[in-house]
Amino acid sequence: MKLEILHELNAERAARRPVILVTDTESGEQRLVKARDFARDPLGAELEKQLRMGKSANVEAGGKKLFLNVYAPTAKLVIVGAVHISQALAPLARSLGYDVTVVDPRTAFASPERFPDIPLVAEWPEIALPPLNVDPYTAFVAVTHDPKIDDPALLHAFERRCFYIGALGSRKTHAKRGDRLRAQGATESDIARIHAPIGLAIGAVSPSEIAVAIMAEITAVLRLPPKQKEEAA
Amino acid sequence: MLDRDEDILKAAEDWQKAGRGVALATVVETWGSAPRPAGSSLVINDEGTFLGSVSGGCVEGAVVTEAMDVIQSGKPRMLEFGVADETAWNVGLSCGGTIRVFVEKVG
Repeated sequence: MKLEILHELNAERAARRPVILVTDTESGEQRLVKARDFARDPLGAELEKQLRMGKSANVEAGGKKLFLNVYAPTAKLVIVGAVHISQALAPLARSLGYDVTVVDPRTAFASPERFPDIPLVAEWPEIALPPLNVDPYTAFVAVTHDPKIDDPALLHAFERRCFYIGALGSRKTHAKRGDRLRAQGATESDIARIHAPIGLAIGAVSPSEIAVAIMAEITAVLRLPPKQKEEAA
Repeated sequence: MLDRDEDILKAAEDWQKAGRGVALATVVETWGSAPRPAGSSLVINDEGTFLGSVSGGCVEGAVVTEAMDVIQSGKPRMLEFGVADETAWNVGLSCGGTIRVFVEKVG
């Protein structure tokens, strides 16, 4: 591997930008393709697919045997609301490989006793969220049920283009939330991005089951191609 | 796992910049119950120090030996380990899988 390629690969990874290293396994020739350049790459479709699955693979193209090594940033999950569902959701997400942070200004909720070993930020979203570097490789859920906390958090998630945004609440609650967010400058397409009621419809009842429904929905959004994604939702 | 791989690639860059000969070994294909998935990597310097793993410990010794040759020659090579292969049996990919490992010089 040329030093320039290694240097660029490390820089992209440090910046949490996905890349794929394409290696001709016979000649050793290599090139690094950034996700934003996939569309105009001759291997575009394969690159898109492998990045979506987060899986490295071998392909043959133009008589060459190529190894596609996927470097995707570790996905993050930001949970706003240190509630009962979150106590089940945080360890579940962590077992799936997510970096998890729980945010809740209410110190009685955001206590280490309730969330052993999970990073907690007991601050309002305006203070807690900017340092978390919320980005397109972040799933974001707002589950406090309190508009004073959930609404500013959701506005931040829109701005940072999180790959998944979910919020707790019935259809009725969600309609009211839409009105409030619009009044604060959110667009229709922002509001359409919120998964609410949150989680896949699996008949979840207990907090742990709701956590499973949420993680299943996040996984579907992360891994399925766009068309199947609509069918799953 | 991703975080650890990231440290490995950073170490590869740091070692190379410090003037060491460096090679990178990457799992490119697996069959059966291989312990580490494609994309896993191991970085080796010319003192024989290595970080990371391509098999969770089974074939690292053999990979390091080959990597020393690659650092010398500068030519990449493909290694294959599996139960059908006598050498691999000797070095012990005890899990019963087969892996192919691409070894290349850095720099």
